[in-house]
Amino acid sequence: MASESTAPFGRRPCGVVDSRVTGGYRIFTLIDEEGPAPVPGQFYMLSAAPDWAGEGGRPFLPRAISYARLERTARGQQRLDFLIDEVGPGTARLAQMERGDSCLIAGPFGHGFSLPRELNPEAAGAILVGGGIGIAPMAVLRRHLIDRGIPYRALLGFRDRAHSGGIDELFGCEETRLAFEDGNAGHKGYVTDLLLRMLEGDDPAGAVVYACGPPAMLEAVRIICAERSVPVELALESPMACGYGACYGCAVPKASGDGYHRLCVDGPVLRGDEISTALAGVGI
Amino acid sequence: MAISLATDLCGIKLDDPVLNGSGTFDALAARSVFGDALIRDFPFSAYVSKTITRSPRAGNPPHRLWETPSGMINSIGLPGPGLEGFLERDLPRMAELGVPLIVSVMADSREVFGELVEAVAAREEVAGIELNVSCPNVHSGLIVGEQPAETEGLMKALRPLTAKPLIVKLTPNVANPDEVARGAEAGGADALSLINTIKAVAIDPVTTRNWLGAGQGGLSGHAVRPIALAQVRAVSAAVSIPTVGMGGIADGESALEFILAGARVVAVGTENFRDPRAGIEVGEGLVRALERRGFGSLAEAQDSTLS
Repeated sequence: MASESTAPFGRRPCGVVDSRVTGGYRIFTLIDEEGPAPVPGQFYMLSAAPDWAGEGGRPFLPRAISYARLERTARGQQRLDFLIDEVGPGTARLAQMERGDSCLIAGPFGHGFSLPRELNPEAAGAILVGGGIGIAPMAVLRRHLIDRGIPYRALLGFRDRAHSGGIDELFGCEETRLAFEDGNAGHKGYVTDLLLRMLEGDDPAGAVVYACGPPAMLEAVRIICAERSVPVELALESPMACGYGACYGCAVPKASGDGYHRLCVDGPVLRGDEISTALAGVGI
Repeated sequence: MAISLATDLCGIKLDDPVLNGSGTFDALAARSVFGDALIRDFPFSAYVSKTITRSPRAGNPPHRLWETPSGMINSIGLPGPGLEGFLERDLPRMAELGVPLIVSVMADSREVFGELVEAVAAREEVAGIELNVSCPNVHSGLIVGEQPAETEGLMKALRPLTAKPLIVKLTPNVANPDEVARGAEAGGADALSLINTIKAVAIDPVTTRNWLGAGQGGLSGHAVRPIALAQVRAVSAAVSIPTVGMGGIADGESALEFILAGARVVAVGTENFRDPRAGIEVGEGLVRALERRGFGSLAEAQDSTLS
């Protein structure tokens, strides 16, 4: 896949040009005039400016967030969309940003996704599995695959209507199947039910899976794929202070049992067979 | 003309008094992420490595981080390549940074400490050595740095091994850090750096268990600054060797506070996580802060004493 660019050294202010509700989530849009184009799976460290670490001293650290869409304005500027769910003080503050506000960003950071044929020479296409807010990097990967004429099918899972969003805007309805745990739409149950069904109906020799979502979902996807020898890349999440390899906080256990990956520089996309568990980030 | 920030730390010439705290800036990772822009604009006047141990270490199990009001707790556990891997692979690449290198080392015995100091000091790339006797994440780290006599004994064992500057990193988790500082000085330390992180615990609000994989960690960031200032003042007043002050430094004003409290130079730690260029911002801000306070030079601020 496209190689990662070197990130500009330091943070840069980016103008917020839009912020809108989508289902229970929010999408905000930044204009990044300096940064290189990110590749699918990469992330940015974001902090609203000013008043980050304002009330009560939190949020203090910037937040690591994958981009959900990249577009070019008529003037050639880079427009970055971010999909967020308000789960803590950082995402709540980011959600308060309005058109005209400034957001400090650093990045793009990390290693992105491989192409299906790089993971499996026999690959006929790709299966994208997104859960909750984790549909964002899947949306970017989907566009990347479409641009290259690579077939895909997307499976998106959500807890309920209040914990869903971006489906229509980031994904088309074609080739997309939904699962809601509360039966709100599509399959009633987990997105991994859909994945199992799809792998059972397919020839697993030609399958390649990509996934991003909550740790429990990623762990289920990792195990399902491992049991069927299906190559899988997971976009993982972890508490992270810096995003560029300084803090060593984002440790994910290696499959070899020999230490940890630093998710920010070794990931955030890792193959299922590179890790011993996807549950290290549980609780964030 | 702008105030010059040029200074020195026990013979190591520095373009400015802004270093990094050990373990808060991985210059090799940063170079691969940011490219040569990092070298052109290196944020520190000297680079302090992450703590090196004799054998490779995996570090602590996750979770390793917890955000607090105006700060964070870390429980990293000194992951690293071990002495051999560091000397073979990391040190030659650190020499390309273009600033003096201070290598941090830690061991659980005087013998192994001695082995590390000799091996590191023998390398011409190394300008000085910092002795981590205070890391609260590793059980052995507490013992020496909590005891003035132990610290003095360690320094007496290490002092004959090298003429290069030996800097003792003090733990804040003692009642009287100035007593440990006197022990370090009596044993032959060339400088002291402080503070390391303050022992801290985080409770997982969902499981009500320990959040951190190792059970406890260390607090850093803006939240610790007043505590760090108090300790820097007490230690600087108790010894005649220079001190490296750190603990929540985030801008020129807070850097100047540490210098006024007695630090000869300062180090930036947690702020690097928030802003990769924090060291540059602190240095530039320090010039403005000195001017604003009417200081004609950095030395004037370094020589002033708090009343």
